[in-house]
Parts: sequence; C-alpha cells; structure tokens
Amino acid sequence: MTALDRRADSRDGSVAPARSDAGARRVDRVLMKGNEAIAEAAIAVGCDAYFGYPITPQAELLEWMARRMPEEGRVFVQAESELAAINMALGASAAGARVLVSSSSPGISLMAEAMSYMAGSRLPVVLVNVMRGGPGLGSIGAAQGDYLQATKGHGHGDYHVPVLAPSSIAEAIDLVRDAFILAERYRTPVMILADGILGQAMEPVAPAFRTLERQRPDWALEGAEGRPPRVLKSLHLRPEDLEEQDLALQRVYDEIRRSEQRWAGERLDDPDIVLVAYGSAARVARTAVERLREDGVGAGLFRPITLWPFPSEPLRHVARGARAVLAVEMSAGQLVEDVRLAIEGALPVSLHGRMGGMVPSPDGVVEAARRALSTGGEDGR
Amino acid sequence: MTVGEPLVEQEGRTVYRRPQLLSNPTSYCPGCGHGIVHRLVAEVLEELGVGGKTILVGSVGCSVFAYDFLALDSVESPHGRAPAVATGVKRVRPDRVVFTYQGDGDLAAIGTAEIVHAAARGERITVIFVNNGIYGMTGGQMAPTTLAGQQTTSSPRGRDVATQGYPLPVTEMLSLLPGVQYAARGSVADPALVGKTRAAIRRAFEVQLEDRGFSIVEVLSTCPVGWGLTPVEAMERLRTTVMDAYPVGTFVDRARGIAPSLPTPGAPHRSVTEGF
Ligand SMILES: Cc1ncc(C[n+]2csc(CCOP(=O)(O)OP(=O)(O)O)c2C)c(N)n1
Ligand code: SF4
Ligand SMILES: [Mg+2]
Repeated sequence: MTALDRRADSRDGSVAPARSDAGARRVDRVLMKGNEAIAEAAIAVGCDAYFGYPITPQAELLEWMARRMPEEGRVFVQAESELAAINMALGASAAGARVLVSSSSPGISLMAEAMSYMAGSRLPVVLVNVMRGGPGLGSIGAAQGDYLQATKGHGHGDYHVPVLAPSSIAEAIDLVRDAFILAERYRTPVMILADGILGQAMEPVAPAFRTLERQRPDWALEGAEGRPPRVLKSLHLRPEDLEEQDLALQRVYDEIRRSEQRWAGERLDDPDIVLVAYGSAARVARTAVERLREDGVGAGLFRPITLWPFPSEPLRHVARGARAVLAVEMSAGQLVEDVRLAIEGALPVSLHGRMGGMVPSPDGVVEAARRALSTGGEDGR
Repeated sequence: MTVGEPLVEQEGRTVYRRPQLLSNPTSYCPGCGHGIVHRLVAEVLEELGVGGKTILVGSVGCSVFAYDFLALDSVESPHGRAPAVATGVKRVRPDRVVFTYQGDGDLAAIGTAEIVHAAARGERITVIFVNNGIYGMTGGQMAPTTLAGQQTTSSPRGRDVATQGYPLPVTEMLSLLPGVQYAARGSVADPALVGKTRAAIRRAFEVQLEDRGFSIVEVLSTCPVGWGLTPVEAMERLRTTVMDAYPVGTFVDRARGIAPSLPTPGAPHRSVTEGF
C-alpha cells in the first residue's frame, strides 16, 4: 500500500499518522534536540515523505527521519544533493503527498530554483533551514544570515514564501504543524527558519505532537483516468498569460499578508525602546530586556514569528510611544531593513548584529540599547 | 480495436491508428524526431492500457510542451531534474506508471547527477531520452552528446575534443549499474528502426509494470533546424554519421539475461583485478 493510499484508508479519507488514535499524541517530558523535535513533529502531523542531504547543523533531522519514516511506512530518501532533494519533494508534492525537506544555508541556496518552480506551480512543501554562518562555506556556527534570502524570494521571479521563525523547541514543534497548514491552505512552499542553536540545543520538552487532517487534494496527479488531464507547471509562454498567473499569485500573497501575520511581544507596556529580534537572537534580547527593566529602562521585546509576511503594522503600533528601536540579529543588518520599512522613519532604528556564528551577548545588547536611547541610534556590528 | 493494432496494410506498410493519448497535433519543426517519439509513447501506453494511471514528468527543452500533446497527468521539472521529480512521484505513488521525457542537454549535461543516481537507486521509473546531439530549444548549441567535429552555434569550428571533450555515451554508462533493469538505444532513422524503438519503449514500460527497476530508452533523433539541414538530409545524417557513432541495440534486459559483459560494480562477479 502506498503512503497516500494509507491516508485514503484512514477514517473519513483524511490524513492521520499511522500510530495516532486521538487528535493529540502526548509524549512524556523528554530531552530532544531541536532538529529531532522538528522531525518528530512533522511525522505526527502526517508528513508522507522526507527528502534530504546531510549538512551540519541539520544532520540530526535527516538521521531522525531515516530511522522514523520507514518505521511509519512512509517515504525517506537521502538524495544525491539538495538539488535532487527539493526536486524529489516537487514530484511527491505534485502527486499529493505532504512533504518535508530540510537543509542548512549552502544547501538552501541550491534549492532556490526548484522553490521558485514550486511557487509558480502552486505546490505545497515545508522546507526547514537550520541556518549556519556564511557567506560561502562560512562556519557551522548558528547564524541568521539567510534572512534576506528567505524573506525576499529565495529563487528567481515574483514570488514569496511564508517564513516562520521559532525561538524555542516547543514553539518549533507548533510551527511545523502551522507550516503545513499554511502550505496546504495557500498551495505554497513554506519555510521554517531556524538556526544552529535551535537545531542543536537539547531542551526538555513536553511536546504535544499534534496531528493534522487532510483531504486528498483535488489538483494532485494520479493519472487522468476518467477525467481531463491535470498539468502542474509554472511555464506560461505568452506574457499575457503569465501576468495573469502572476497576478493570481500576488492575490494569494495579499491574502497571506492580511491573515497570517504573527508576532509575540514582551514588556511592551509603554516602552522607551523596542528591541526587535527573532529565533535564538530573541532569547538573548529577552534577557537584555529583563536586565534593562531591572535598571529602570523601559525596554520591550517585539518578536516577529512570521518573517514574511513581516508584521509591520503591529510593530509600528507597539513602537508608537517609544523613543528608539533596536534590531538584534545574528547577521550584518538584514532584519533591520524590514524594521526600518515598518517604522517608516518615525523613530531612530539601529542595529546590533553579530555574525559568523557569533551570538550577541545580553551585555552587548544592553549596551547597544543604552546607546540607541542616548544617541538616537547607530548601527553596531 | 486497441490502438497500436494495425489499421490497414498499405502498400506493404503497417499503418497504426492515431492514439487517443495524442491529444493535439505537435508543433515541432518539420522533420523533428520529437513528434515520432511522442507518438510511440502514446501508442505503447494505450497498448498496455495504462494511460489513465500514468504520470508524465516533463523536462526543459523543445519537448517542454509534451503535456500539450500527450493527454496525461503531467508535472513540469526544472532543467535536468526530471529523474529526481519522477523519484518523488513514484515513491509516493508506486502503483502509478511514471516516466520522464528528456532531451540530451537536459539529461546528459545539467541533469547528469540526477539521471545517474535515479538509475543507481533503481527507481521504478522509465526514462525516454531523446538524443538529437544538440540543444534544440536554445538555438543549436553544442551538447555533451554532440559528435566530435560537429559544428554547432557554440562549436563554430566543429567540436574540438581536445578542449571540448568527447561525446558522452550515457546509456552505455548507465548500463553498468545493477539498478538498471532495461537500457536500449533506438533511432527514428527509418520505419524499421522506428518499429524496433517502439518495441523497446514497450519493453521499458513493461519492466516498470513488473516492478523490476529503472528502465531507459535512448532514441537517436533529428534536429534539422539545429543541424542546418533539410528534413531529408537530417534523416540521412542520422542513419549514417550519427548511428555510426552511437550503436543501437539493447544493452541491458536483466530479466532476459542481457547484461553488459563488463563486471557490474556492486553485483557479484569475479574480481577483474585477479592476476594483476
Ligand atoms: C537552469 C537552466 N539553464 C538553462 C536553461 C535554458 N535551456 C532551455 S532548454 C535547454 C537545452 C535543451 O536541450 P535538450 O535537452 O537537448 O533538448 P532539445 O531542445 O534538443 O530537444 C537549455 C540550455 C534553462 N531553462 N534552465
Ligand atoms: S529546434 Fe530541433 S529539436 Fe526543436 S523542434 Fe525544431 S527540429 Fe525539433
Ligand atoms: Mg537535444
């Protein structure tokens, strides 16, 4: 029986992982690496197929899938490259499967072409990027240098990919499920942007690995028996036709911008300064906010969870009464671009960025925040 | 009457009914081999009665619109990646017939890694590999399969093997892999060869239906436009110069005991290093 037939055989023709018998499968508090938790969350959600290629700091995700997917009677292929992995995902998705792919920065660069094809062909997939230092082979340390790549399109052409950024392992588990929901709701690739710290760290989690129902999609390829053939493609040679397709895609993105922006805030009651950070950098920023508050400085944290669409309006709103905004990131000034676009010059926005696998320290962030408040803001790297 | 059954014997020649899977007339240049190969694929799928459960994995080249001419569920692939896409389709739908249709630039240049590894894994897919020795779609540039000395728009003085290398015999190379259950090279140079090519394509799909492993049929084809020849001259060149360089025949049909004489790496054999 195929992975997809098993899905069709499950009650009411929807998807449920083979082992689950309830909406939520409770697992006792366990110590899990972020990479492993993401993998197990995808299995619980009902991921039919996983394709990957080894790369640090994401290799445990592939290894987990290598062991667990066959146990569940699902598809695991270690591809010959990230190019092949994402194209296998393209094929499996076209055939109606729920698909996960993961890699780290250099491998994600190789996937850009197929991601663009999948966006154009309206094929859902969830892609996990456990970011490492760059450019080039860079380092295997945690970094956030792929922010612009992830949020501004990744591959060629007019398209976007919703990007979800967890800052804890428990949140990553939830966002895996959310990513599949978004991917299927909007028929689009969705990226989970994690980093090496999140991927490698062990945290005790009591995760509720939740399932997700799915009807067999009515666009999937299965052979054209008794109906007109379906063609999944991005090619529309007549400019008039392509523009029409592009406009349809833009309407989907408009809807995503309207409905799917997510963010979390802490200590945002009447802040003097708003720190903006995501992922592991947000955890450092949170500590810095606590210290600043202890010292009587009105600091708050704004943490975007969707990096695309960026929650610009909420950020503008929470920063209204503040005197300064500080972007804290593990990159050279990428997130800060979206922060500046959101703030629209209403306030000074400055940057505290570390790179290459270096992580900002709470002290460094506290100092940068004080400087931002006194000088009106300078970028510090 | 099933398709592929002879409709009439006309002046000693067998004429086949137009397969229903051939949905629209093709729009290839006069004398182009792609149309013939499309027809053979359509006839074979109808003959086997599997058109309704077949998924075409397209490629990038002049045949990019194959899904406009073949009435099959189809998915587009990035240039060269069709074997990886087909792997994804087949792994989640092993009960469906999955094939790629690729040109020689697509398969033997940019997609070399994908074809080799799909074959090495023994993916249960069929590959229809149309080798016209040139990049037709982009204006007749040199391909890895271009013959030594052949003039193209990117080898204007003829392919110089000293700097541009030798033609790549992909199908022979793949034949060494134990995952490859069937590999053959045919040609569209004359009706007899077309008939044999048709039989090879049929056998390749049968191998997939029997769940044996990877199957590939390379079809030597024409590109009169890219070759700068008339359709008639192009057929003549295919029959002579091209077929002299690329022998046709069945290289592998393991179920029928046809396998390359070279030891197959990974398969049980006496070590060739013996006596060294
Ligand atoms: C990544 C990428 N590189 C280059 C191209 C341009 N391109 C389109 S078709 C083609 C060559 C096709 O040649 P072949 O596969 O032999 O097919 P033919 O047209 O000869 O049938 C190339 C280079 C592309 N579409 N994508
Ligand atoms: S350019 Fe060559 S391969 Fe392309 S359609 Fe014309 S003859 Fe056929
Ligand atoms: Mg060609």
